[in-house]
Amino acid sequence: MSRHAAILAADAAAGRRHAALATVVLAVALGALGVSGFFDAERFADAWPAVAQISSEMVPPDFSRWQSWLRPLADTLAMSIAGTALAVAFSLPLALLAAVNTAPNAVVQQLARLLLSFLRSVPEIIMGILFVAAVGFGALPGVLALGLHSVGMVGKFYAEAIEHTDPRPAEAARAAGAGPLQIIQRAILPQVLPQLADITLYRWEYHFRASAVLGIVGAGGIGFELIAALRLMAYDQVSAILLAILACVVVVDATGAALRQRLR
Amino acid sequence: MAVEGLSVRYGRDVVALGCIDLAFAPGGFTVLLGPSGAGKSTLLRCLNGLARPSAGRVLGPDAAPIHRRLRAHRRQTGMVFQQHQLIGRLSVLDNVLIGLLGQRSPWTALLPPSRAERERALDALERVGLIERALTRADALSGGQQQRVGIARALVQRPRLMLADEPVASLDPVTAERVLDLLARICREDGITAIVSLHQVEFARRYAERIVALAAGAVVFDGPPALLAEADIARIYGPAHSPQAAQEEYA
Repeated sequence: MSRHAAILAADAAAGRRHAALATVVLAVALGALGVSGFFDAERFADAWPAVAQISSEMVPPDFSRWQSWLRPLADTLAMSIAGTALAVAFSLPLALLAAVNTAPNAVVQQLARLLLSFLRSVPEIIMGILFVAAVGFGALPGVLALGLHSVGMVGKFYAEAIEHTDPRPAEAARAAGAGPLQIIQRAILPQVLPQLADITLYRWEYHFRASAVLGIVGAGGIGFELIAALRLMAYDQVSAILLAILACVVVVDATGAALRQRLR
Repeated sequence: MAVEGLSVRYGRDVVALGCIDLAFAPGGFTVLLGPSGAGKSTLLRCLNGLARPSAGRVLGPDAAPIHRRLRAHRRQTGMVFQQHQLIGRLSVLDNVLIGLLGQRSPWTALLPPSRAERERALDALERVGLIERALTRADALSGGQQQRVGIARALVQRPRLMLADEPVASLDPVTAERVLDLLARICREDGITAIVSLHQVEFARRYAERIVALAAGAVVFDGPPALLAEADIARIYGPAHSPQAAQEEYA
């Protein structure tokens, strides 16, 4: 027996508890994959001919209509920026109400959380359909759907970043006689600005991709062209549009990275 | 262990260290003394390759440049940091085990720690008097205890050389004394060459066998503590400061 047997045994027991937890998580994940038919080899076997067929029709991509995609791509870019602006404008105040350390009281905090959860749980495509019905086709319903759905997600991430700030600078500001809004403005927000920017820039990139999907319900942009090509089963145009979207996402991502560098 | 013509510049015109020559005898306890920004940290970080010299050479105990066999050099060099540099949510034991990572071969690098490694880490914790706290989260310990974990993490390497960068700067004077006592005793018992940076003249006088004082990236005193005169201290901390004022300003 080693001199540290008792400590080693306790450490091993802690290790076994972690392993047991990991096993449970793994079992749940495998179970979920099983329920969704992931381990059904036959369905994958049957899938190959269809995948091969569509893939072969996708190459070479057909860029012949590229000029008619420029305007929709520009619309999509505008939608993604406008949707992000809308999301930020509503997320920040809601996040401040929803974060434990900045909420005025527990009731408001819970209500703000509830509102964020609600906005998150309505899929943006449903919001898109509702807004198309309300304000008609085009970019506007897309922007409203993106912005409103994102408030739920962005607000939650903002609130979590705010809750993880160091309380000590806030204490120093309070000790100097600062009021609650001053503490938020001068001691809490400066700490999280880079994280908030990261969340926002990620969301901008997400909006660009999501606005392509929203085109399906008539909410404007490149998504409208994409769904039109899919309906005509012009898969070579579909792949060309997907490549165009990829190129734009890369540009958006690089712009975001450059902005992030400046906000360190 | 020696440095020859060591210079470190950050950017174009910030000189952290300007052409320094020093040799450290095996088993000695050397204190690097000087105000913040004198170049103490930069020198220590050069001694295990965490900072790169702009010019000059760093020679290991075997008189070969450390950059040629950097990992082997780091394996036998323990480092203790001012801010402890522990992972707060891990246990004290898991933090000490980080000291053994350098001993792994590439094939076993990512395996969980073996029983022998755990026992070795626990032995190190026993020597710093924290065996009872082995399974406690590191962030639940006091500052002095956290620094003892930092010492255990260096000690578990069974180093030949111990580098400590302001190990007591964030501790209160009584705790600082206990931590320095521990560090000095362990290095003496195991014959470890120690190079410790401090900014308190009093501590330097008490623990050092040799004091190397730095000011503005240059060596301004090198000798036994008995020869460190008030005039030298004025030179280290600037003529405007009495030793007491210097203590207060940089404490």
